[in-house]
Amino acid sequence: MLKAHGYVGAPQNRVDGRAKVTGEARYAAEFDAPDLAYGIVISSAVAKGRITSIDASAALAIPGVVQVFTHENRPRTAWFNRNYRDDVAPPGSPFRPLYDEQVVYSGQPIALVVADEFEIAAHAASLVRIEYEIDTHMTDLDIKRSEAYVPPKKRSGVTPPPSPRGDADQAFARAPVKVHAEYRIAIEHHNPMEPHASTVIYEEDGKLTIHDKTQGVQNSQRYVSGVFGLSSDQVRVVSPFVGGAFGSGLRPQYQLFLAVMAALELKRSVRVVLTRDQMFTFGYRPQAIQTISLGANPDGTLQSIMHDAVQTTSSFEDYQEVIVNWSNLLYHCDNVKLTYSLAQVDTYTPSDMRAPGAATGVTAIETAMDELAYAAGIDPVELRLRNYTEVDEANKRDFTSKELRACYQLGAERFGWSKRNPQPRSMRERRELVGWGMATGVWEAFMQKTAARAVLGADGHLDVSTATSDIGTGTYTILTQIAADTLGVPIDKVTTRIGDSSLSKSPVQGGSWTAASAGTAVQVACRSVRETLFKYAREMDGSPLANASLEHVSFADGRIVLTNDQETGISFTDIMRARGVDKVEAEEKAAPGMMTSMRYSGYSHSAVFAEVRVDEELGIVRVTRIVNAVAAGTILNPKTARSQIIGGIVFGMGMALEEESLLDHNLGRFMNHNLAEYHVPVNADIHDIDVIFVSEHDDKLNPMGIKGLGEIGIVGTAAAIGNAIFHATGKRIRDYPITVDKILGS
Amino acid sequence: MNRFSYLRAGSIEEAVKAAAADASARFIAGGTNLVDLMKYNVERPTRLIDITRLPLNTIEETESGGLRLGAMTTNDDVAHDALVRSRYPLLASAILAGASPQLRNAATTGGNLLQRTRCYYFYDTATPCNKREPGTGCPATFGRNRIHAILGTSDHCIATHPSDMCVALAALEAVIHVAGPDGERTIPISEFHRLPGDRPEIDTTLQHGEIITAVELPRTDFGVHHTYLKLRDRLSYAFALVSVAAALRMDGNTIAEARLALGGVAHKPWRDPDAEAMLRGHPASAELFAGVADHILREAKGFEDNAFKIDLARRGIVRALSQAAAGTPQSQTDKRIR
Ligand SMILES: Cc1cc2nc3c(=O)[nH]c(=O)nc-3n(C[C@H](O)[C@H](O)[C@H](O)COP(=O)(O)OP(=O)(O)OC[C@H]3O[C@@H](n4cnc5c(N)ncnc54)[C@H](O)[C@@H]3O)c2cc1C
Ligand code: SF4
Repeated sequence: MLKAHGYVGAPQNRVDGRAKVTGEARYAAEFDAPDLAYGIVISSAVAKGRITSIDASAALAIPGVVQVFTHENRPRTAWFNRNYRDDVAPPGSPFRPLYDEQVVYSGQPIALVVADEFEIAAHAASLVRIEYEIDTHMTDLDIKRSEAYVPPKKRSGVTPPPSPRGDADQAFARAPVKVHAEYRIAIEHHNPMEPHASTVIYEEDGKLTIHDKTQGVQNSQRYVSGVFGLSSDQVRVVSPFVGGAFGSGLRPQYQLFLAVMAALELKRSVRVVLTRDQMFTFGYRPQAIQTISLGANPDGTLQSIMHDAVQTTSSFEDYQEVIVNWSNLLYHCDNVKLTYSLAQVDTYTPSDMRAPGAATGVTAIETAMDELAYAAGIDPVELRLRNYTEVDEANKRDFTSKELRACYQLGAERFGWSKRNPQPRSMRERRELVGWGMATGVWEAFMQKTAARAVLGADGHLDVSTATSDIGTGTYTILTQIAADTLGVPIDKVTTRIGDSSLSKSPVQGGSWTAASAGTAVQVACRSVRETLFKYAREMDGSPLANASLEHVSFADGRIVLTNDQETGISFTDIMRARGVDKVEAEEKAAPGMMTSMRYSGYSHSAVFAEVRVDEELGIVRVTRIVNAVAAGTILNPKTARSQIIGGIVFGMGMALEEESLLDHNLGRFMNHNLAEYHVPVNADIHDIDVIFVSEHDDKLNPMGIKGLGEIGIVGTAAAIGNAIFHATGKRIRDYPITVDKILGS
Repeated sequence: MNRFSYLRAGSIEEAVKAAAADASARFIAGGTNLVDLMKYNVERPTRLIDITRLPLNTIEETESGGLRLGAMTTNDDVAHDALVRSRYPLLASAILAGASPQLRNAATTGGNLLQRTRCYYFYDTATPCNKREPGTGCPATFGRNRIHAILGTSDHCIATHPSDMCVALAALEAVIHVAGPDGERTIPISEFHRLPGDRPEIDTTLQHGEIITAVELPRTDFGVHHTYLKLRDRLSYAFALVSVAAALRMDGNTIAEARLALGGVAHKPWRDPDAEAMLRGHPASAELFAGVADHILREAKGFEDNAFKIDLARRGIVRALSQAAAGTPQSQTDKRIR
């Protein structure tokens, strides 16, 4: 049915590419308004305590300064926690900016200086004097882990570890081959290129149009309405383009609150943009310490899996992600014990960052599996095949589809894995030790209830829309492809509109669910238009299609024709003219099928192969080759899909080797809060990256068999690189990122 | 950011006069460091004196067979200058090891000499820092000090000088030409940057009001046996954890003359004349290089995060000397270490 022009499945350039490279695409901080005022956020210098005084007199004395908002003079906002809870909030009390004199983390926003010009606001902000009464803080997970607890309230959408099966302790004790170790993942910050920003336009009638950097315009809209007591028609949130987010834009961030607060109070348009250092003052990928025990028979078959994780959360919310469940999801085992707990530190609440939980948990289990391969003397790919599972054992469900076996096989072939000498330090070239490592990746194939609208005009132009966002993933393009194919309209006659809260209801863009959710919604809406149009066509006087049924016609090039007699047909324009309408429209919803969700588990999988070269004396690592074979259902657009996976791999390389937010525990503060000292991979770090899409047919998840690609690329990559470093050097480093000091250290 | 006035200097005299008249005036060249520091409120100059239009942007040969680099030449100008590349390839290499093409296009020779440390605390006015606010303390000593110094530190400051260019200049024994209210003078590079001691707020021996007019490179003979080896946390666009500039004059396999300078390890480019003397007159060998490395690092002191730098520096020195002796300098485009 999707064959009309065959856009779906074919490599297609980004429909928004031109707008982006020409600068026509505008981002949250680039929208203007008459009489716009500029807000600069002042961040707390201490991690915990009480503000005893704020002296803004010097700032207020500067001509052009409009107001300095603090907890002392802020307008009243909602009283109840529930008003501050956004769609993605974990259990707890959401942070309220400028709420009172309490400081609960370093970098907390404590004042907003608003002025007629940006420079004046920045200058004035440097003149505000703040005194604190300091309390003892604690940011060290190694100390706080002794007080770790199982979160009493589950976070919606995050499955807690399943109950233990079998007797993992006893099976481990008896297993002839064992691995037992602790794995550490450092704190990372998302650091999208575009910093968080909100431009709040105060319209003449007092309504607000908000240009927000967000992954969910309707989430921001609900938050603003709830907090400031506005009705939803008074608040419109628009975000047509997002300069990357990686999860940082899932929850409304404090700049939105502050900009709206100031705009309402001043009855004036206000823009607040965070600085790069302030990008380190909200959510982050939490630090995690994981303990894994694997017990196996001499042939490598797993007898026991125990995987425990403790990770950081804030003092006010119980942030949770799925870290330990992956171990049993990937491997068959009868004795399984998975445990997960949180430890509170005095930082902001962590937040989802690309493949939250999986990037952390799979890195650990896939490192441990490599250790098991060496302990048992079995090839790492073979070990995984021996423990392969065809069912989701914890939930006793089949998979909707699972081509992981093919991923291992095709990836290994492309990489040349069979030529690998398993002996560590066995391969070298000049001064460099060469290492080959591999790991498995996995991510859940989610789908969320989403609505979309399609409007076909008499001129043949198709307009599709839904409130989802495109954080750079290619959503605009794939929705356009799906719409064009479903209604048989050339792709340049389709306009896709997203990122506007006034459009059809959509969840935040996250979890890799947008392609499946918004994609299906757009397809369903277009199908509905199709049906109506066909009905009109049949009902036309003397219609040549009067006796045809929907299965026997095709929609192509703006016409409905008989499939086996393409000469016989009617153009969309003629149909609408005859009917006396100038458009046909439909709004439809798509949601995951209940039966499918109960009976099946849906996941995308991958096999990542990495080659590293490590200078033997200096410990400097180069990742010279990555092959990633991905099975993720239908690939809508191989071009944007490949970009997603490459981006994920680069993210994984950052996790493996470079990314770490350095906390000074004495000050309770992140210290390398800029892009010169917080390292993400640069071009020189990137060599060959080869992406293979393994064909995978999935007829259960959704009509098109889409699984999503936003996160799967990162999962497994860090472990594959770590395992390659072990193969190169003989040194097992269980503490990511693997920096030169760890390679040289004992 | 604070309010400041702006003056575009038409002559060196005007620039010096304007600076001398105002204790919180600053020269601005490429602005790649100063503007950042102003945005962070670390530098709060009341006046900016733009010196980019001064006629200091030439590279000329000196009578004694050296080169004179005008203070306003950009890092890119110098790195790609034909004379620099043929006579002082070590300098070209060191410059290319630093920053990014965009930054090197803007950054100047004078500004590079005066760039300030990258210590996290120095840039963050919410934290104490003796260099930024004398007497407030040095949180780096007991905090995050991965990028900090292992040589020549004091109880007051353990920051490093982050420049790559200056490490090569130290090895090449460059001379800094300055003009000030009291006339012109020259400062050998070894006396230009200073150790923190109990005055970490003072980076150099340049006096307020003095402007750098040029950097003079004496005639040397290190066109073949040299290298700049920069070891860092990613393969490009990161400051050095440890860098080594090595320049040798070889007589067969015997080292006739040696220069060695380290970056990323101290408050100034680190040179050790005794170590260079140990090399002179001896055949190049791994044992000799290891002994030299041990000597240079004999008083090195590591802190919690950066103790690894001692070992890394030792290894880096040995490798750099091997590269220089073999005449196979480190490429700055191919990141594989030779
Ligand atoms: C992200 C980033 C990465 C970087 N990476 C590296 C790196 O890897 N290696 C490296 O070496 N450097 C690196 N740099 C630093 C860069 O080299 C310096 O910022 C640059 O050299 C400074 O030169 P400028 O002309 O821009 O100086 P400016 O910022 O204009 O000035 C710096 C200081 O020098 C003073 N000044 C300038 N010219 C004169 C003069 N003629 N006489 C007297 N005073 C003067 C100014 O008053 C100011 O105090 C990096 C910088 C950034 C921002
Ligand atoms: S090392 Fe120097 S620059 Fe850094 S905090 Fe200490 S005194 Fe300041």
